[in-house]
Amino acid sequence: MTKELKTPTLIYTANTFCPGCGHGIISKLLALVLEELGIENKSTGAVAVGCACLLPESFGCDWIQAQHGRAPAVAAGIKRVRPNNFVFTYQGDGDAGAIGIAESIYAAKRNEGITTIFVNNGVFGMTGGQCAPTTLEGQKTTTTQAGCDYRYNGKPLELAELLASFDVGYVARGSVCNFKELWKTKEYIKEAVQCQLEGRGYSFVEVLAPCPTNWKMTPVESMKRIEDIGMKYFRCGVLKGGAE
Amino acid sequence: MAKVLMKGNHALAEAAVRAGCRFFSGYPITPQSEILEYMSWRLPEVNGVFVQTESELAGISMLYGAASCGFRTMTSSSGPGFSLLQEGISYLCSTEIPTVIADIMRYGNGLGDIKPAQSDYLQITKNGGHGDYRCISLAPSTIQEAVDLMSKAYELAEKHRNPVIIATDGALGQIVESVEFPDPLQHDPDQFEWSLKNIREGKHKIVTSKIYYDYIGKDYDNHIRERYDAMKKEELWEEYFAEDAEVILVSYGIVSRCCKEAVLTARENGWKIGLIRPITLWPFPVKAFRKITPKAFIAVEKCALPQMAEDVAMAARGIAPVYSMTTGSFIPSGEEIVSFAQRVMDGKEAEL
Ligand SMILES: Cc1ncc(C[n+]2csc(CCOP(=O)(O)OP(=O)(O)O)c2C)c(N)n1
Ligand code: SF4
Repeated sequence: MTKELKTPTLIYTANTFCPGCGHGIISKLLALVLEELGIENKSTGAVAVGCACLLPESFGCDWIQAQHGRAPAVAAGIKRVRPNNFVFTYQGDGDAGAIGIAESIYAAKRNEGITTIFVNNGVFGMTGGQCAPTTLEGQKTTTTQAGCDYRYNGKPLELAELLASFDVGYVARGSVCNFKELWKTKEYIKEAVQCQLEGRGYSFVEVLAPCPTNWKMTPVESMKRIEDIGMKYFRCGVLKGGAE
Repeated sequence: MAKVLMKGNHALAEAAVRAGCRFFSGYPITPQSEILEYMSWRLPEVNGVFVQTESELAGISMLYGAASCGFRTMTSSSGPGFSLLQEGISYLCSTEIPTVIADIMRYGNGLGDIKPAQSDYLQITKNGGHGDYRCISLAPSTIQEAVDLMSKAYELAEKHRNPVIIATDGALGQIVESVEFPDPLQHDPDQFEWSLKNIREGKHKIVTSKIYYDYIGKDYDNHIRERYDAMKKEELWEEYFAEDAEVILVSYGIVSRCCKEAVLTARENGWKIGLIRPITLWPFPVKAFRKITPKAFIAVEKCALPQMAEDVAMAARGIAPVYSMTTGSFIPSGEEIVSFAQRVMDGKEAEL
C-alpha cells in the first residue's frame, strides 16, 4: 500500500508539534476527511489545553478554546444552537480522561450530536510528561519515575469501552503506528463524522498516538512501542455503530 | 401588559426569555432552582434550548459554546454552585463573550445554608475566578426592577463583550410581588462580527484570548485596562433622601428596602438619614459620593464580615468616616438600622 497522505488545504501552515508527534498525523487525517465530505466550511472544533491547543495555529476551521476538560460541554452548546454545523472536540487523554471525564461521559449519556477525537498518547504531553489516566504498567513518566505501578495508579482507563456502554452513535479505536492502521483510523474518523452528519448521535474515535518527546524515544521507536505494547492493552477496532 | 403576581425567580427567568434569551444550561441549587425549572418548559415554547447539566462546570461550559455563537444565554446558581461557575466566567471574560449569570445568594461558607444573603459580594465584584477581570454586576431591590434590568443586562454584556452578573438573594428569589413585563424582544444572533456562524467567513475564527496574539504583552495589558475602564463608566445607583442627610446608609438589594424604612422612620422623628443604593455593585457607584457631605456613612449588608463596606470606604475617602453594619443571618428591621445609626452618632461604634 503506497497511498500517499496528501496535505489538505485546511492545514494552512506548518504545524508546531514536535517531530514525529501523533497530533500532526491525526489532525491531517481529520482535515482530509472534512474536505472529502465537503464540510470544511461548516466545521467548528473545541480544543482546550494540552498539545491539542496548538491545532488552531495550523488548522483553518473555526475554533473555540474550551477550559481544560470541558470541550464536550462547550461543543454541545455550539451544536445545540447551530445544529447544521459539524462540531467536534479534539482532546488529549488528560483532558478527556482525567479532569474532563464527567463532561466526556455526559456527552455520551445525553448522546450529544458531536464528535470527539481522543488522542491517547499515555502522558500529559504539554506539561512535560506526567502520568496520564492511560499510562501503561512500568511506563516511566515524571510522576511515576520508577515506572507506573497499577497497584497505586490503577489500570489504564479504557475510555472508548466506557463510552461505548452508552446509547451513542459510533465508537472506535485506531492507531497511527503504521500505514495500515493509519488508513483504518482515517476510515473510523470518516464514519464518526458521517454519524454526526446523519444525526445518529455522539461519535468518538480514540487514537493511539506517539509522544516521542516525553516517551524519550525516536519517532520510529515510538511507533514500534504502540504496535508492541499499546495495541496489546488497548484493542483497536469499531466498538459501536459501525458497519462491521 | 397587565400586572401579574409572580415569584422573583420565575419573573427573572421570564424577563430573560423576553429579552431574547434562547439558551439556558444549569444545575439545581436552592434558592435558585425555580429559574432552572421555569426555563425547562418555557424555553422550548420559544424554540430555545434548555439543558440540565451534570454540574455547574458543565453548565457554564455549554453556555460558553452557545454564547460564542451570538445567542443570548443565561445560567444561574447560588453558594457552592456559584463557586463552580468561576472557571467558566474567567474564560468568558478572557474570550470576551457576553452572557448573563444570576447569583441568587445564599448564606454561609462551604455548603452553608439556604437562607438569603449578600455574602458573595466580593466574589461577584472582584473577579471570583483567576486572572484579572470584572463583571458588571446589577443588584435589583424589587422583582419589578429585576425584570426591568434584564434587557439592560444583555445590552451591557454585548456592548462590552463581557458577562454581566445579576446579584439577588434567596429572599428576592422566593418572594411574590406584582410585576409588569415588557414586550418580548427579537435578538439576531448573527449580528455580531465576533460570533461563530453557520458558515466560516473568510479567514477562520478562533474564540480565544487576545493574549495569544500579543507576545510582547503591552498591547494585551492595555487592551484589558481599556476594556474595564470603559465598563467602569456604567455606574448606576439610586439616591433616597441623600442630599441633606446627616447619616448616609449604603445598601443594595433586599436590605436596601429595610434601609428605606429606616430613612422614613428617622425622618418622621426629625432626623435626616439618607440612602445611597448601588444598582451596579461593579462598577461601584463612586460618583454618588462626590456631591454629598454627611457626618458618617454606614454600609448595611447581609453578611457576617464587611464586604461592600470596603468599597464604601474607598468611595468615602476624604468625605466622612465609614461604619459597617453586617446583619449576618438576619434581615434587619428599619428600627434596628436607626438604632445602629444612633450608636454611630453617639460614638459607640468603631469606624471600619
Ligand atoms: C484547570 C487546569 N489544570 C491544569 C492545567 C495544566 N495543563 C495544561 S495541558 C495539561 C495536560 C494535558 O494533557 P493531555 O490532555 O494528555 O494532552 P497532551 O498534551 O498529551 O496532548 C495540563 C494538566 C490547565 N491548563 N488547567
Ligand atoms: S510533547 Fe508530545 S504530544 Fe506534545 S507536541 Fe510534543 S510529541 Fe506531541
